[in-house]
Amino acid sequence: MSSLPRPFDTSRIPRVDAVGIDERAGALAKRSIKKSAKIAGIKLAISMLDLTTLEGKDSEGKVRQLCQKAMRPLPGDPSVPHVAAICVYPNLVAVAKDALAGSGVKVASVASGFPAGLVPLTAKLDDTRLAVESGADEIDMVIDRGAFLSGDYERVASEILAIKDACRDARLKVILETGELETYDNVRKASRLAMTYGADFIKTSTGKITPAATPGVVLVMLEAIRDFYFETGRRIGMKPAGGIKTSKRALHLLVLVKETLGDAWLTPDLFRIGASTVTNDLLMQLAKEATGRYQSEDYFTKD
Amino acid sequence: MTELEVKKTYKLYVGGEFVRTESGRYDPVPDAKGRLLANVSRGSRKDLREAVRKARAAQSGWAGRSAYLKGQILYRMAEMLEGRAESFEELLRETRERTPAAARSEVRATIDRLVYYAGWSDKYVALLGTVNPVASSYFDFSVPEPTGVVGIVAPETPDLLGLVSHLAPVIVSGNAAVVLPSEKYPLASLELAEILATSDLPAGVANLISGRKDELVPHLARHMDVNAIADAGGNKAFSKSIAEDGAVNVKRVKRYAIADYFAEDAQGLDFIEAFTETKTTWHPIGV
Amino acid sequence: MASVKEEREARAEAVRHIEREKPALEFGNAWEYSPAPESRDHVRLQDRYGLFIGGKFVAPKSKKYFATINPATEEKLADVAEAGAADVDAAVRAAEEAYRKRWSKLKPADRGKYVYRIARILQEKSRELAVIETMDGGKPIKESRDVDVPLVVAHFFYHAGWADKLEYAFPRHAVSPIGVCGQIIPWNFPLLMAAWKIAPAIACGNTVVLKPAETTPLTAMALAKVCEEADLPPGVVNILPGAGETGAAIVNHPRVKKIAFTGSTEVGKIIQRATAGTGKRLTLELGGKAANVIFEDAPIDQAVEGIINGIYFNQGHVCCAGSRLLVQESIADTVLQKLSDRIATLRMGDPLDKNTDVGAINSKMQLDKIRELVACGVEEGAELHQSACAIPSKGYWFPPSFFTGVAQSHRIAREEIFGPVLTVMTFRTPDEAVEKANNIPYGLSAGVWTDKGSKIFQITSKMRAGVVWANTFNKFDPASPFGGYKESGFGREGGVHGLRAYVELS
Repeated sequence: MSSLPRPFDTSRIPRVDAVGIDERAGALAKRSIKKSAKIAGIKLAISMLDLTTLEGKDSEGKVRQLCQKAMRPLPGDPSVPHVAAICVYPNLVAVAKDALAGSGVKVASVASGFPAGLVPLTAKLDDTRLAVESGADEIDMVIDRGAFLSGDYERVASEILAIKDACRDARLKVILETGELETYDNVRKASRLAMTYGADFIKTSTGKITPAATPGVVLVMLEAIRDFYFETGRRIGMKPAGGIKTSKRALHLLVLVKETLGDAWLTPDLFRIGASTVTNDLLMQLAKEATGRYQSEDYFTKD
Repeated sequence: MTELEVKKTYKLYVGGEFVRTESGRYDPVPDAKGRLLANVSRGSRKDLREAVRKARAAQSGWAGRSAYLKGQILYRMAEMLEGRAESFEELLRETRERTPAAARSEVRATIDRLVYYAGWSDKYVALLGTVNPVASSYFDFSVPEPTGVVGIVAPETPDLLGLVSHLAPVIVSGNAAVVLPSEKYPLASLELAEILATSDLPAGVANLISGRKDELVPHLARHMDVNAIADAGGNKAFSKSIAEDGAVNVKRVKRYAIADYFAEDAQGLDFIEAFTETKTTWHPIGV
Repeated sequence: MASVKEEREARAEAVRHIEREKPALEFGNAWEYSPAPESRDHVRLQDRYGLFIGGKFVAPKSKKYFATINPATEEKLADVAEAGAADVDAAVRAAEEAYRKRWSKLKPADRGKYVYRIARILQEKSRELAVIETMDGGKPIKESRDVDVPLVVAHFFYHAGWADKLEYAFPRHAVSPIGVCGQIIPWNFPLLMAAWKIAPAIACGNTVVLKPAETTPLTAMALAKVCEEADLPPGVVNILPGAGETGAAIVNHPRVKKIAFTGSTEVGKIIQRATAGTGKRLTLELGGKAANVIFEDAPIDQAVEGIINGIYFNQGHVCCAGSRLLVQESIADTVLQKLSDRIATLRMGDPLDKNTDVGAINSKMQLDKIRELVACGVEEGAELHQSACAIPSKGYWFPPSFFTGVAQSHRIAREEIFGPVLTVMTFRTPDEAVEKANNIPYGLSAGVWTDKGSKIFQITSKMRAGVVWANTFNKFDPASPFGGYKESGFGREGGVHGLRAYVELS
């Protein structure tokens, strides 16, 4: 018997035509973003960044440096906003929380046996609780792709429910790891599953697997969010992550949001960009727009 | 038992039935020596209209039959004709004063033609169709489909072989036909209708309206529900008006001036292709 | 006990409440794109263009010129010579001489190499050609840049390769060219239609006299220059701008052996009559009123894109446009909701802006025709839905529109509007969809959307149309035969089948 409050209904999930979605995403990639649109877009993208460090060698010092960048991406230019959040492992949440105190930058933590998710639920819950108790505002969990691909939706759903419960007030981002789901139909189904059972955000990838946030995947997830909104009235957030290294990619993501979900989603409350290295490219493009000169990396801090 | 011969009544063949013309008119058909052989119905425009209606109703069902079955049915027509070869030879001798050898030769050639097109039924699509290597992620292919309802203005002579030479390639691809047989020598054609009627060809796929071409041709050419015309009537004035009138609904008008219906080039894939439409279908390739 | 009236009011209030709460997307200017006009710097237009006859640009014997304007601004772009009967005669003679003396004697492989040359030069000039196309015709630069011009190049490349392989296309036949081909093309894809006509004709060894449409002659004149640059033998390609009379002179010229026409069914029928009994070969690519059929098991979001692409691509000036949407009743509300939202994101305006989705209507005349039919639709009782996009003060514009509450008998559901106007009808069963889709004298194209494979093959095979797009719409490729059933014309363009129109077989 199902342990879920309501069974996962896959019957109303529309199918996705891969060629069609890629063509649409490709067409939107050709939007020309120039001048004031570019400046505004870059600043918006910065304000949506989940600045991420998720490496085995992460240390307190590294996290503190990243927090500085998060709060003041371009020192001396107050028009450049702070990023949305810092995203770290649970052990480093307290460090980040401390470094960011009063800045408005949120602390997000991966939890639930990131990145594979192949640990017992009890461990996932402990992981989550540790992060939340250390002050995390947001939890980025991974789904059990093995369970999903074998059709055990109930297991995936019940884990999301349990972790959502463990999150208490923290917002829950559910990572689908789309690169392992492989098909757009799976992405759409997993998006629906995550939204139904507690996701505040759905997120493409861990960053450890390629392909990650491809334009097609992002568009499929945005369309899933749109359908869910029309059905339930609830606005779920979206977070592409992984492989987003250039301003062009970041601006394209904004285009996808603008033309799929509209103005309401063009805010850090509902759209995040998970990235570790895109910040400097955004800043360089900003400087280029301001000065007309192409920039050198030597003038931007590598944190 | 008496010796008195029972004379045959030649009716129109419409929707699988032998019917009298609604107009009540008839034309006498004399033999070569001027003696009355039979009376045939002089079909009217209303008979033609009815034939087109029946043809339209039958066409998509016929097109939907398997290629194998269509071939079997055409082959069956050849078998039936073989079984009645002698009576057709006799008709050709009487009506056109053909020598026994010539009459026999025409009937043989007619049987061969049916067998020839029977064999095409499940092959022409493979030869006229293509898979098109488009530069995007789509599977793209083109196949021939029947044009629809085809009017056939059969040649005056050879009345039997000529008619079959045009009818067989038209119906083998799934078209339905409305045929105006030879005006001067209609008997063998109308006799052929009995073969059509008994060879499992669905009713309405082939319809024969005997009568006067100057009455019937303009109505056929201007009919809005006739998609194409095989114009083998061999009459220049008719041909021009068929081509002109055909424009009312963008008919495909194919004119044939075939000097020798017995020749190899009086048959072929081109005769089938002329009454097909190429349909191209696109479908994405992706998972 | 509440009165009936009170109950009714309570219910109405409840409905209003639901409507207030009803989720809705807002496509505003939270983040607006800046203007991104394509540069015109590299485009040099002449003030005046002559006729291209026998490899030279010449003044018209008619002494007449007409102005071609930018439909987005109503500015005059250039004066263009209008060919009269004497000019047509001169061009046909030049084409005939070129055919007799040069083109038919050339080695097929060399013929092919000329066509390859043209393809390469066109490719080099892609950007310039796209800008001219957009200025002269009003279509968005993103379409002329990403669709029209690349396809133009592809058509020349594709057909170049056929020049020395024609015997493989027609086994058991001796293949020879026809002679002088008269070609008349429309204004919706000016350069692309010229390519569709010229590339197969000359690759097969014919010479051509081509008439571009009177509202869009400029890219054809640019193509003439490309022929010149490619050292194409004089007279192989002749280009004569003009209107209906010029076209009639070409159609009726006794030395023209073949006519290829793309345009309205009305004119096509006139041409068919005119060529009857003359022995001239004829192919016609005429009007359409395509059904785009969306089943409940379709990939819905892609189907909505297909609807958009089907009817708003090139302002709906597309003979194969998916102008009749047939949507299964069970998903009609969802599809219409999505369609409305999607239309709200369409950007209408400066065709040269790289972000413009919907450009200008090609001419005042066409705009008037669209307006007349739309007014008729409203009068007939259909409900008009239009994008709220701003309409520029100058130029010819019509916002993306669709009609609901349309009956099969409405004029807007039967006549080709040739504009960005969709009619929406519903159906319940596959048989009903097929019946409604085919219930029209046209048969150019159709769309079918379902994720079920077996259904696709069944439904596409039942569509009486020459091009059927399953789970896509408005796709073109030189390798893919294009052309209609019924009153949409006969003959194919593209692919092996397209060659048939330009060869004589024996």
